Amino acid sequence: MMARLPRHGLAQILALVMILAVDRMVSPQFFDLRMQDGRLFGSVIDVLNRGAPVVLLSLGMVLVIATRGIDLSVGAVMAIAGAIAASLADSHSLPLVLAAALGTGLICGLWNGFLVAVLGIQPIIATLILMVAGRGIAQLITEGRIVTFTSPDLGWFGAGAILGFPAPVVIAAGMLGLTVAVVRGSALGLLIEATGGNARASELAGVGTRLMILAVYAWCGLCAALAGIISAADIMGADANNAGLWLELDAILAVVIGGTSLFGGRFSLLLAVVGALIIQAMNTGILLSGYPPELNLLVKAVVVLAVLLLQSPRLAGLAGLAARLRGARLRLKGAKA
Amino acid sequence: MKGLPPVVITAIVLVAGFAICATQYPNIASTRVVGNLLTDNAFLGIVATGMTFVIISGGIDLSVGSVIGFTTVFVAIAIERLGIPPWLAFVAILVICAAFGAAMGGIIHLFDLPPFIVTLAGMFLARGASFLLSTESIPINAPIYSTVSDFALRLPGGGRLTAIAIIMLIVIAAGALLLHLTRFGANVYALGGSRATTALMGIPVGSMTVRIYMLSSALSGLAGIVFSFYTAAGYSLSAVGVELDTIAAVVIGGTLLTGGQGTVIGTFLGILIQGLIQTYITFDGTLSSWWTKIVTGVLLFAFIALQQAIIVLARRSVLRRAGATS
Amino acid sequence: MQKGPDPAPLLDVRGLAKSFGALRALQDVDFTLRAGEIHALLGENGAGKSTLIKVVTGVFARDAGIVRLDGAEIAPRSAKAALDCGIATVYQEVNLLPNLSVAQNLFLGRQPTRLGVVRQAEMRRRATALLQEFGLHIDVAAPLGNYSVAVQHVTAIARAVDLSARVLILDEPTASLDRHEVEILFRVMRQLALRGIGIVFVSHFLDQVYEISDRITVLRNGRLIGERETASLPRIELIRMMLGRELAETTGERVAAPAHGAGEACVSFEGYGKAGTIAPFDLTLHHGEVVGLAGLLGSGRTETARLVFGAERADSGEVKVEGRAARLHSPRDAVAYGFGYCPEERKTDGIIADLTVRENIVLALQARRGLHRPLSRGEQDEIAKRFIELLDIRPPDPERPIGLLSGGNQQKVLLARWLATSPRLLVLDEPTRGIDVGAHAEIIRLIREFCDKGLALLVISSELDEIVTYSDRVVVLRDRVHVEQLQGDAIDVTNILAAIAADGAARGAAS
Repeated sequence: MMARLPRHGLAQILALVMILAVDRMVSPQFFDLRMQDGRLFGSVIDVLNRGAPVVLLSLGMVLVIATRGIDLSVGAVMAIAGAIAASLADSHSLPLVLAAALGTGLICGLWNGFLVAVLGIQPIIATLILMVAGRGIAQLITEGRIVTFTSPDLGWFGAGAILGFPAPVVIAAGMLGLTVAVVRGSALGLLIEATGGNARASELAGVGTRLMILAVYAWCGLCAALAGIISAADIMGADANNAGLWLELDAILAVVIGGTSLFGGRFSLLLAVVGALIIQAMNTGILLSGYPPELNLLVKAVVVLAVLLLQSPRLAGLAGLAARLRGARLRLKGAKA
Repeated sequence: MKGLPPVVITAIVLVAGFAICATQYPNIASTRVVGNLLTDNAFLGIVATGMTFVIISGGIDLSVGSVIGFTTVFVAIAIERLGIPPWLAFVAILVICAAFGAAMGGIIHLFDLPPFIVTLAGMFLARGASFLLSTESIPINAPIYSTVSDFALRLPGGGRLTAIAIIMLIVIAAGALLLHLTRFGANVYALGGSRATTALMGIPVGSMTVRIYMLSSALSGLAGIVFSFYTAAGYSLSAVGVELDTIAAVVIGGTLLTGGQGTVIGTFLGILIQGLIQTYITFDGTLSSWWTKIVTGVLLFAFIALQQAIIVLARRSVLRRAGATS
Repeated sequence: MQKGPDPAPLLDVRGLAKSFGALRALQDVDFTLRAGEIHALLGENGAGKSTLIKVVTGVFARDAGIVRLDGAEIAPRSAKAALDCGIATVYQEVNLLPNLSVAQNLFLGRQPTRLGVVRQAEMRRRATALLQEFGLHIDVAAPLGNYSVAVQHVTAIARAVDLSARVLILDEPTASLDRHEVEILFRVMRQLALRGIGIVFVSHFLDQVYEISDRITVLRNGRLIGERETASLPRIELIRMMLGRELAETTGERVAAPAHGAGEACVSFEGYGKAGTIAPFDLTLHHGEVVGLAGLLGSGRTETARLVFGAERADSGEVKVEGRAARLHSPRDAVAYGFGYCPEERKTDGIIADLTVRENIVLALQARRGLHRPLSRGEQDEIAKRFIELLDIRPPDPERPIGLLSGGNQQKVLLARWLATSPRLLVLDEPTRGIDVGAHAEIIRLIREFCDKGLALLVISSELDEIVTYSDRVVVLRDRVHVEQLQGDAIDVTNILAAIAADGAARGAAS
């Protein structure tokens, strides 16, 4: 069950390899690594390090999207968690700081889940509320300033290293491992895919679909809070205005690139992570090439459109695939008749 | 609850809010403050009018903020660096924006994709394009800019109704006319009710979708021009996050986010409520700007919950009817 | 309108055929509609009524056959094209926009305008006048959704007629109307018939069919069973046409052994019901017993099944499982008590199309075990393999998405889903619907086999012969009431038909 990667993910992995190859052409030292103060440095490590927040976000987002949902509030949740962590860091012990930040993320996720699962509000609308209000809440916590801290404990989450790897990379990898273990090691994965594939039928098969939906939003909030802690630790401070700004869009993009349909059902955690790394490899490549970093947005726009159009059944219609799908749809209607 | 349309609730909220503010700070109830409020939110009112059309038709347009940013940069470069006459630059940017919106609408319709993701790509595209043009803030010194910003109608009580505020009021009036009094407007509501049924009733759904997004983007372009009058500069980072303010204003104005119901006038009231919150915060002096976002979020939740309640109640009464009679 | 040489038919359908994959939805169907006639089109779910309508109105392309309107051959490619020809359809879920005003709905796309501005007053005046023709005096400026379904139907009809429709197809228009509203609708229908419009009336309310229609066409399993004059067709004969099978079609002898039904009580319901859905009923299911639910469409069969499975919450009565009081508030509760349910709408309520056969099979078992006790991949493979062999699911590939299987095999996978949970009670709603003949017999055989192993079965079917074949007991429903229970030798098609028709015949005699 866990090894459901290769066949489906070939295109994504090839894309990542190609982008890395282009990066190598742009910057011959791209794959060079060096050790300094017990920590690895190099462009590849940089891709992983800078990509860690989006990787974390996409781990939550992919589960939400698998249930046919979407969470627009993760960037705002990052800002809130970062603000809490930064403002508590110098006055409280690390476990308390982490518990407060992660707990807040969990509460934010549960709030979104409550609106979607219990009140039945469309996910895009439900999570818009926190997207709007969340940044205000974060600013309320920081009182509109950029809150800096000096605690090396929290700072470790940005600048620390384990076995030479930067802490954000290790944390993101650990979170990936944990999510895969929880989701694929329990029945959660199957039940989430069933819920996203056909919620009515799943409910009738005895699946607690509401609980599933609540759980994925909660997880998404938790992942976002962790990403917020890392981002705050990275700059030793919290900037409520800019922390996680537009990262929800990167996370959605990563999931879409990873081949998970916006219409729910099948999902792949590993490919969502590959998607996040593709985005970061492009970012880094553009930086290294000396082009203005602003080009990023254009490239992202083109990638979004390309991936969407590739997934769109209408485009495949040229090859007759759509005709078959339409046939299937008609058959569906016919069977109802 | 059913007898009270959401737009009436919006109006009550606005009047009550205004009354509360005015009792604390009597100066708020002056034409001067109201005039400033209209001027400060002029670009928002224009872009929200277009967003109202999009949302009533069952869509969403996340690209509006970026289009505004692109417009300000484009106009600034065209006028200041290339020496193009301002009116020509305005026409050119409106055409570009309209074409941009038409392309998004076309993709949404042809490939049957969710509007939010297509306009998200549009948001990246427009913002990226404006960065490519310039990343610096370019001041605009063309004479027309000072003429326009100097122009204002004197209101009794010392207030000023500026040119850009007048432009907004005209756009809102024209938008209301278009939405409520024409076939086009009726079709917009129809699309938001049900795309499939609308197509079945003989309305060309595809061309409607294209035209609705065209309208939204063109109005974003106009809002961008107004924004450039307001700041007398073009800057690629301007109007970041405006799409959220706009959507919030539309929803607080009583428009159903799922489409099919809403008014332009409600959107205008929604803009005024947001402006009022900002004004109050300015008057208070101790409160900070983030309260705007929080209060907006709370109002957003209140209106969404209200609409959800109306929908659920309506569904229940239909079910009860059906159950009782069949 | 009697008789002479038949007047040239308004709508003439000959030899129509339509297949969806292996399923033959329509075979060689003829249908004739005369001008000024109200023609009822009858049949159970899956008989082919909707498919016939959709082929005639261009929603589906036909495989064979001819459609003539006023003698000229037509082949509309869409509902819009059919409307342009003059064939309008009003569905049960009215195809109008409840968020727009009544007047806008009537004139959408063709509102009177001056200088581009819709002339609201003029439009309202015309709308009011149009609806007054149909006896409706309402405020046309109000949203359509504020009005009852009857008004919405009449509005849809008025729009169609105003667009110069000559053939009007009404698909279950009365399903959610009360008696008074039905009267309004019928008055409009008669009025239109007098104007020479041909009306096709699809309904499962036989009383209404007898009240309004001139002629009846019955379909069953995609075939034409017959066309009759309403006045000369006895009700019991009509029901036989709809439910019965010709002798040649019957699948086999009655196989229920008399020994069955003697098992322990497994699940029992007392005074169980829900207001407006189904009248309170008593029902006891014993281990190893098959109970059949018979009745016409809309008689409360599916509602009973949903109540039994907790998909609908009862508002009266008690339920006991193995003699102990139980609580059925959701499907999850039912699954926890060891119930299973194969719903009628396989595609929307049953299968999860994207998931594999294996995943679809283990889903209910996994949901019952809970999150913390996942079935290992090995266990899943073993379960899938066992049931694929046991039920002969084809192709025997557990990793194929279930959406790609045929209807019969999908049904078997759903059976497997529940059998894997070792249920004590299995509810099957139309288990053989839309399934080819081979798989049909196979599923009936399986049903018998399971209950020999002590499983209690509650089976709904429109195929009376099928019910007779395997049931130990038959509950007959009529108008959302359990009216009769047949047992042992009393179970035969004639008795069931009599029970279904009894009330209507009595009412017919009284009126």
